[in-house]
Amino acid sequence: MWQFIEDRRAQILINAFNHAYLVVLAIVIATVIAVLLAMVITRMPRLEPVANAISAVGLTIPSFALIGLLLPVTGLGATTALIAVTFYAALPILRNAVVGLAGVDANLLESARGLGMSELSSMFRIRLPLAWPVILAGIRVSMQMSMGIAAIAAYVLGPGLGVSIFVGLAQIGGKNAVNYALVGTLGIVIIALLLDLLLLALGRLTTSKGIRV
Amino acid sequence: MTTTESTDSSSSRTSGSGGEISGAEIRLEGVTKRYPGQKTAAVDGLSLTIPAGEIVMFVGPSGFGKTTSLKMINRLIEPSSGKITIGDQDVRKQSADELRRHVGYVIQGGSLFPHMTVAKNIAIVPKLLGWDAKRIDKRVEELLDLVNLDPGKYRDRYPRELSGGQQQRVGVARGLAADPPVILMDEPFGAVDPITRQRLQDELLSIQRSLGKTIVCVTHDIDEAIKLGDRILILQEGAQVAQYDAPATLLADPANDFVSDFVGSGSSLKQLTLSRVSEIDIHPATTGRVGEPAREAIERARSAGDDSLVILDSRDRPTAWVWLRQVQGETLHEGDRETLTTLDERATLNDALDTMLTSSHSAAIVTGDNDRYVGIVDFGAVVDHMRAIQNEAQDRESSKVTAESDPEDHHDENAPMDDSGSADE
Repeated sequence: MWQFIEDRRAQILINAFNHAYLVVLAIVIATVIAVLLAMVITRMPRLEPVANAISAVGLTIPSFALIGLLLPVTGLGATTALIAVTFYAALPILRNAVVGLAGVDANLLESARGLGMSELSSMFRIRLPLAWPVILAGIRVSMQMSMGIAAIAAYVLGPGLGVSIFVGLAQIGGKNAVNYALVGTLGIVIIALLLDLLLLALGRLTTSKGIRV
Repeated sequence: MTTTESTDSSSSRTSGSGGEISGAEIRLEGVTKRYPGQKTAAVDGLSLTIPAGEIVMFVGPSGFGKTTSLKMINRLIEPSSGKITIGDQDVRKQSADELRRHVGYVIQGGSLFPHMTVAKNIAIVPKLLGWDAKRIDKRVEELLDLVNLDPGKYRDRYPRELSGGQQQRVGVARGLAADPPVILMDEPFGAVDPITRQRLQDELLSIQRSLGKTIVCVTHDIDEAIKLGDRILILQEGAQVAQYDAPATLLADPANDFVSDFVGSGSSLKQLTLSRVSEIDIHPATTGRVGEPAREAIERARSAGDDSLVILDSRDRPTAWVWLRQVQGETLHEGDRETLTTLDERATLNDALDTMLTSSHSAAIVTGDNDRYVGIVDFGAVVDHMRAIQNEAQDRESSKVTAESDPEDHHDENAPMDDSGSADE
């Protein structure tokens, strides 16, 4: 196995980088979309059941099926992969953001209103920072989940370590089949752990000292 | 930082600082709040004038509309009908956000934003008003000083690193930040222990003496109302005014049974909450300065016949009260002002007794404006005052008795009382 890795080191590193890049990009986009959506939902509480239903149902759609549905629209390649990963990534973040933003102490919000803060500035300066730890927990869950989904996205020629896994699957019974699959899988686990550490650090940097646990 | 600032047209109202009265008059005319789906109005036709520069307390059992009435002044609750003016300006003529930036708002527990430092919390309104950073810094420092928190020590702390009383102080500082003419307080001292509450009340009185704001304060505690209020508004069901008067009038001449039950008037101990420390005998004690040679101070105390020493800081604020035998070292040291319990001269005798009970001197240090040292009061002075009041009451009682023994006089004597009683029906 070491020999196998040694021989294909460059390719594995490129795949690993692409995998991480795909996931991180998807998470960033998903976070922006989910948080903005959650802000709208917070202002219009009637939408909350709808949002919860979507995030519950959304997660039951098999990723293979979604990718299949996207194929005729966006074709083979990285775009389809990014859309699919972003879709799944957004769901847990949306759910946590809705809960987090709604969970901010009503007294604080009234106090903000009483001081003359507009709704918008209270949303960004009070609600968002206070809900941030909850949102961040959603982002971490979402990151773990996206790692696996990004692997499946390799089926439509998306970038990443999924490529190794599919090569392995295609060559089942062949000499290096297990090596390919193992390298893909272990690589994903390692990247997931590294990115999670990075998120933890980011969380510490972006959470106010006043509310850090 | 770059908060969108629509118009700053009304900021001229806040210019009056430093004057005797910087407050503005508030007038409510036929203000009614009706919630949809409720038969009776929460507040029904409330009319009221709150004079500039006074503290007016809204008191009443919960659910009788005192908080609703308060929140209509800064439009946290929009009245269904009626008119509210602050300094002749209709509150509905400007945007609600703009209005609220010029009306201080302090609520229970301070309600500080936990993710912001003390300085940031206080700076919220000045920032919304677009002050520059330097001016905000200076103002934060001033305010922390005003509420007796050392700026160097506290400005960068987070709310959870403060005690309840300190949080409440910051809450008050935040309400005062942009120097608004009017300050609304909703149960401001409800969440702290009694000793701290008394101190915060004293501090508020001291601040008010120097600022002269118009303060409207909601409380359910009649003793707090009597202590703080220049006037008290007692609300009955549906925010009907039961009585709106000065504390002394309220106690001496309650408008109806509801009021007299509520204030518990008649009990002579209630008079303790009506008499201020400034009315009794305040006598000087030997004082020393921080940094002064200890021996000189001790000698001065001995020759004056005192066995203790009040140590003042450079701004005349008492920092410690030590027995002579406790004085150590060459010079006098600054004590911890936070642990020293003092008494504002406008504090009530009730507070004075409380303070003395916790003090080892069976007396209390009295402070005036800006926490400046005034003198000390001792237990004897309070007892003398109480006895005097009691004697007065007894004299009145006995003159009534002598009057009653004479049937003709008796009738005349009591006639006005009967009148006032029947006027209610």
